Amino acid sequence: MRRVIIGTATCGVAAGAQRVLARALTLAEGGGLEVVEAGCVGVCYDEPLVEYINDLGERRLYGKVTPPLLDRILAQGDEPDPALARHLIRVNDGPDRDGVFAHQARIVLRRCGIVDPGSIDAYLEADGFKALEKALGMDPQAVIQTVLDSGLRGRGGGGFPTGRKWGFTAAQPSPHKYVICNADEGDPGAFMDRSVLEGDPFAVLEGMIICGWAVGADKGVIYCRAEYPKALVRLDAAIKQARARGYLGEDILGSGLSFDVYVKEGAGAFVCGEETALIASIEGKRGMPRFRPPFPAVSGLHGKPTNINNVETLANIPWIIQNGAAAYAAMGTEKSKGTKVFALAGRIKRGGLVEVPMGMSIRQLVEEVGGGVPEGHTFKAVQMGGPSGGCIPATMADLPIDYEHITQTGAIMGSGGVVVMDDSTCMVDVARYFLSFTQAESCGKCTFCRLGTKRMLEILERITEGKGKHGDVERLLALGQQIQSASLCGLGQTAANPVLTTIKYFREEYDAHIHDHRCPAKSCASLVIYRIAEENCTGCTLCAKACPVDAIEGERKIAHVIDEQACIRCGKCVTVCPTGVVMKL
Amino acid sequence: MTDAVQAVLEGYPQARRDALIPILQAVQAKEGYLSTEAVIAVGQHLKLPTSKIYGVATFYNQFRLTPPGRHHVQVCRGTACHVKGSAAVLSGIQRALKIEPDQTSKDGEYSLEVVACIGACGLAPVVAIDGAFFGDVKAEDAAALLARAREMEVGDE
Repeated sequence: MRRVIIGTATCGVAAGAQRVLARALTLAEGGGLEVVEAGCVGVCYDEPLVEYINDLGERRLYGKVTPPLLDRILAQGDEPDPALARHLIRVNDGPDRDGVFAHQARIVLRRCGIVDPGSIDAYLEADGFKALEKALGMDPQAVIQTVLDSGLRGRGGGGFPTGRKWGFTAAQPSPHKYVICNADEGDPGAFMDRSVLEGDPFAVLEGMIICGWAVGADKGVIYCRAEYPKALVRLDAAIKQARARGYLGEDILGSGLSFDVYVKEGAGAFVCGEETALIASIEGKRGMPRFRPPFPAVSGLHGKPTNINNVETLANIPWIIQNGAAAYAAMGTEKSKGTKVFALAGRIKRGGLVEVPMGMSIRQLVEEVGGGVPEGHTFKAVQMGGPSGGCIPATMADLPIDYEHITQTGAIMGSGGVVVMDDSTCMVDVARYFLSFTQAESCGKCTFCRLGTKRMLEILERITEGKGKHGDVERLLALGQQIQSASLCGLGQTAANPVLTTIKYFREEYDAHIHDHRCPAKSCASLVIYRIAEENCTGCTLCAKACPVDAIEGERKIAHVIDEQACIRCGKCVTVCPTGVVMKL
Repeated sequence: MTDAVQAVLEGYPQARRDALIPILQAVQAKEGYLSTEAVIAVGQHLKLPTSKIYGVATFYNQFRLTPPGRHHVQVCRGTACHVKGSAAVLSGIQRALKIEPDQTSKDGEYSLEVVACIGACGLAPVVAIDGAFFGDVKAEDAAALLARAREMEVGDE
């Protein structure tokens, strides 16, 4: 029977997948067509995505599909319609139009966008729970050894060896232990965990159950952000089905393991990504970190030994158990094994989710996988690791991506958010942006983080407003170091990274703002002047009509003039001008 | 205490402290915000001082202590959205609605919220109205988008 698989993850829905799905369901009423909802294959720039499988079993992936286009896709029968070539991304597993898949090695994302995440039968058909069966036949210690040998390191950003972490919890003699899946993906610009939870929730559950067996835990908690409603729905459905089939609950598959999982909805606090803050939040308190030791492995949730892993880490586990540690360790670099999922976003042509072997260069990731920056712009930097990370300049883009090399630059690997920046991005503004985020999210426990981030933000704000003072850069450096050394948790210790790295690599932009009152990227509104090249203005009046504050004067067919005092620098005149004579200076 | 709050609390008999956040989430889902009466009622139910409840409710970004508008507008200010101009989108929406983030318009139609990251970075900049996502939004589209949302009474997803 013919099938259509429609990507209805959050990104697909935002692009209009719901209308395509509705159309497909209407067409399926006539029979002869199966409609499957799936997660996201990662080609976010071409959403909504539809994979069409004809009677011969040939799979064709189409991008930017609208309801009328779906009709045409389905009308083509077994012979491809040449008029649809523009939308065709790839046929079967062959090379794809844009070369996005060519450099990828998909372990965590192997089922995303392909297998129905809402059906345990579809998961079982796609080798689901095979790893669990295998693990339950192994000694828990042997499971831990396999994870250790694979070289897997914490994918939430810390990079701590997962096998060692499991060993700590396993060594505790307690009848009750917890496994927590950290799905509080708070880094702005990152959506790896969301896509995995929406696209393959059973794999995360399977990873948790295997972990439960290995460390001797009886309860699992998934702490997932409330901002991810679709992920929460799919997790809930997956847990119910797994329970009904005996993969969760008492005596799982006759092994004697009793393990159950429930979901705890986060309430929006970035600091809750930190282990001890996350535990406080699950216990119903303000999500504030506490001093370690004791580490959660000794005294965690409700005082019991607790192992906490990130979504992506856990999603790697079933593959490692099934294929062996050596197969995983064969990928990547000496100290960073396996693959990493990255969320490519920002000033890039093909934004989306990709999974590549560790050790790929930043340049290859940005230019070959992501297609580079938009036409007419130059690649300037990547921001890795979100608010805790830093900006790596294009001149260093040949560095291989692994934990050690990225840390050396002053950035961090982080959870996988890669925001690409080009010549239109102001680095001082980026630093200000991140500081405004960490300042707002600081829980307030440590003085330096609470007050230091505020002072840094004030300095950055005045610099971007053209009111910077001599010595501001030095003040930022001093404050940054103080916050780093006097904060309890990762949020404070890394809060200054975006500022320190942009000063290190883009000092001239700071100087231009402070000393010349100029924003080289023409991005900081206070430092930009809009002016009409009067000799070329046709006097069409469009800009004057569009101006929300009536700051543009001029008669029809006579050159217009912008009143710089009244102008609020919203940029509307630039967008509406048909002849492109409104300039940003 | 309203019937809605009563119904939520009845769903958590003999609840302990760790049920606090789920209870507050359920109350907000029903009533749109956490009223003073609701906070007091939750405190009595869990035998916790109101100050503790208030401490938790103000710590997390999700909780609102004022009623939202009939249409709730969320502007994503994640990194990808920022680099692609979400600051201009936000000020466009602020101009169109004449309110600041965390405020509700005088006619009670719209409330505005800034969110850290919706996770749809591939479509930045993103705006969500009543839970429906709109991608690739431009500052000049803001007013049209709001008008459309009002007409459609957006409900899918």
